[in-house]
Amino acid sequence: MTSYEAHFKVWRGDAEGGDLRDYQVEVNDGEVVLDIVHRLQATQAPDLAVRWNCKAGKCGSCSAEVNGRPRLMCMTRMSVFTRDETVTVTPMRTFPVVRDLVTDVSLNYTKAREVPSFVPPEGVAPGEYRMAQVDVERSQEFRKCIECFLCQNTCHVVRDHDENKPAFSGPRFLMRIAELDMHPLDAAADHGLTRATSAQDDHGLGYCNITKCCTEVCPEQIKITDNALIPLKERAADRKYDPLVWLGSRIRRRGQ
Amino acid sequence: MTNVERHAYDVVVVGAGGAGLRAAIEARERGMRTAVICKSLFGKAHTVMAEGGIAASMGNVNPHDNWQVHFRDTMRGGKFLNYWRMAELHAKEAPDRVWELETWGALFDRTPDGKISQRNFGGHEYPRLAHVGDRTGLELIRTLQQKVVSLQQEDFAETGDYESRLKVLQECTVTRILKSGQEVAGVFGYVRESGRLFVIDAPAVVLATGGIGKSFKVTSNSWEYTGDGHALALLAGAPLINMEFIQFHPTGMVWPPSVKGILVTESVRGDGGVLRNSDGKRFMFDYIPDVFKEKYAQTEEEADGWYTDPEHHRRPPELLPRDEVARAINSEVKAGRGTPHGGVFLDVSTRLTPEEIKRRLPSMHHQFKELADVDITAEPMEVGPTCHYMMGGVDVAPDTAEARGVPGLYAAGEVAGGMHGSNRLGGNSLSDLLVFGRRAGLSAARYAAALDPAARPVADQAEIDAAAREALRPFNGPEQAASQDTPEGAAGGAQAPAENPYTVHQELQQVMNDLVGIIRRGPEMEQALERLASLRERAGRAVVEGHRQFNPGWHLAIDLRNMLLVSECVAKAALERTESRGGHTRDDYPEMDRTWRKVGLLCTLTGPGAQAGAGAGADADSAADARVSVERRPMDPIRADLLDLFERDELLKYLTDEELG
Ligand code: SF4
Ligand code: SF4
Ligand code: FES
Repeated sequence: MTSYEAHFKVWRGDAEGGDLRDYQVEVNDGEVVLDIVHRLQATQAPDLAVRWNCKAGKCGSCSAEVNGRPRLMCMTRMSVFTRDETVTVTPMRTFPVVRDLVTDVSLNYTKAREVPSFVPPEGVAPGEYRMAQVDVERSQEFRKCIECFLCQNTCHVVRDHDENKPAFSGPRFLMRIAELDMHPLDAAADHGLTRATSAQDDHGLGYCNITKCCTEVCPEQIKITDNALIPLKERAADRKYDPLVWLGSRIRRRGQ
Repeated sequence: MTNVERHAYDVVVVGAGGAGLRAAIEARERGMRTAVICKSLFGKAHTVMAEGGIAASMGNVNPHDNWQVHFRDTMRGGKFLNYWRMAELHAKEAPDRVWELETWGALFDRTPDGKISQRNFGGHEYPRLAHVGDRTGLELIRTLQQKVVSLQQEDFAETGDYESRLKVLQECTVTRILKSGQEVAGVFGYVRESGRLFVIDAPAVVLATGGIGKSFKVTSNSWEYTGDGHALALLAGAPLINMEFIQFHPTGMVWPPSVKGILVTESVRGDGGVLRNSDGKRFMFDYIPDVFKEKYAQTEEEADGWYTDPEHHRRPPELLPRDEVARAINSEVKAGRGTPHGGVFLDVSTRLTPEEIKRRLPSMHHQFKELADVDITAEPMEVGPTCHYMMGGVDVAPDTAEARGVPGLYAAGEVAGGMHGSNRLGGNSLSDLLVFGRRAGLSAARYAAALDPAARPVADQAEIDAAAREALRPFNGPEQAASQDTPEGAAGGAQAPAENPYTVHQELQQVMNDLVGIIRRGPEMEQALERLASLRERAGRAVVEGHRQFNPGWHLAIDLRNMLLVSECVAKAALERTESRGGHTRDDYPEMDRTWRKVGLLCTLTGPGAQAGAGAGADADSAADARVSVERRPMDPIRADLLDLFERDELLKYLTDEELG
């Protein structure tokens, strides 16, 4: 086992402001950035605030930016950096800072609530659901999402554009709409809700210009843009082929 | 004195994992205003770590399965120490709980005829686990989370407020159950983000806080698993049962050191993974205990045949219950047949194609590639035992999940004891969360609804003040801490140095790992108890820097109380039980003893701190001085029709001759 001293810069502060602090800290074989943050807590900075849970890339708590790249700290191996490289850890930029590496991600919970839930099919009793594996697989891919919110943090529509936040649900929740839209038994349409159209009209799908930055940072390697957003756009466009429907939705959007 | 916010609800659920959310959904659906309090963000609970599946005898893959077979497997797995009534309810209700998830939007993997697919798992006679790849826990949490949101949307449509009937208080910690006389009156806690203190008045409280793994050094558990609910119950006067039984999962990662303990799902073995030692020998054949001899393959050929033709072959011994496999791995490593990093080899690459592995075990593939540079489609993993699950917990009434002795207190999931006896089968945890989470929420709602709203118990102010002092104590120096009028505080003296909570925690983990771990010995556990006493005294002097806003050092200092209390229960109960059974292995008493099956060990608190909450003026400050005592309680005899499900020959291995009549 070999160990060395690494140079870390960690953003310390709160909503009022803060700055990068320098730390010299021990690094051992096989460690990840979160291990180093924990070592800082135990030895030099007991009040350094950080979120984490599983330390195995499964809960999506430990999102931050490492050398400017949005990542899970528990899945960022120290071996990807050279020994003399300074490792800079900052909180996610798109969300307001609470303290140190902890941000206020409540926007995401607000957006989650705005997506109408799964509508169970009428007349199908529990235990009677029948779906083919190929049909559930598309939605299953999106349900791998660990809600790390790195895609939300990265998407340029809201990164540095607070003004777009009210109208735009972001890739994670547009993908949630796609997931429900592709659910073989979702009965929303029977109740007058066309999910794809609603993504366009109520959740800001139109802001997305398919740059795929969200897909690039997704630690679950979900093809957010290709498999969720583009098909959703196509479905929304199909619905809007009817010029009257199309006109109606344009007017509504301007009126917002 | 201190500023304390105050809210009121009908039902408060502590914990937002599978059991907590299922309880909250039930309470809200029964019309109760319900609050859920959780230490992490909503949707991040430890349940997401569960990989394998939910055990439920739906019979989708093998039509011979039914609740009786599931009940039998559960009792065998727990070596008959289970609360049989819980095992019965669990086996009967699990299928409904799984099907219900589908109506809330869950998407399980499917069989060719479109039903929910079920996979094999250790100790289950038939393929029984509903699953989604190896991320079933995530699916469970997300489905329950989305059901909560859906109820909130209904409430919004009706009242204009999403949170009018069901509120999630995330990133909050509960430090005390408040009582009025014997009855529950609410909870005391703090907001982790701001450090603000709060009281919630509520006549019914459901504990769903999970386990205790963070008292051990090598564990698959997250930081949240500090035994909070166990300790809250004890401090509120509710006894804990079966605390000596801790499941060491046989397969945790062993390398690199920073991920040591992280879980490697049992599905790897269920899907065909085999265990080998450094000689390349498939050693599990040497470790099939007598009670399981008839059920498991004796040769590699027979075991290999089972994967394709289970009707005509017996199961491979890799799929023995977890306690057996964990002990076997431990013995191999001790005998010098371990891997370079002190584990054994687990290999699935020789049975499945790379494509199949990536499809069936995607997160294992990812985890090993990212964290250990190991490609499990081409090479074996190195694995070893890791502290995984607490079988013991709050002593509850099987049907209602009510904690004995404390009206208004309920417990479900890992924090509740009894259901799994001395050892839990894989897959029975997620089903336990759903079955008993629902029952706890239902009972809590009925209890709260039956109370006269004008006559609800109200927590005593002195008790609230004491809880506030206790929570803020780590910000004071050791002088103030020592100024309590307890003899020990005085003896500690003003000179006693301040302690770093991180250091105390690390030492606690080392003590439990080394002295009360997978293989136990009397003198070591006595030594552990001495060490725990000194750690408890030092924890009383833990001091934290900084302020109350999101301060992890402070949070840990508070959690230490719980971890120490629970560790003491484990060590004391383990010392008392002079036999080996399930998740309790004594080197000095290696045999299972039928007379011990009739005995449950009950942990309670005695001493000055034990009475906090018992009445006016009770003082939470002295919690550190409470002592755990262990008493023996006879187990209820198993109902005759349930005994009839087993062959007499098998029962004779577990039950005494008198019991069988
Ligand atoms: S693809 Fe769309 S959602 Fe994703 S980052 Fe680009 S604009 Fe944002
Ligand atoms: S889609 Fe991917 S990046 Fe976005 S929240 Fe989910 S897991 Fe994170
Ligand atoms: S701690 Fe769970 S994803 Fe990093």
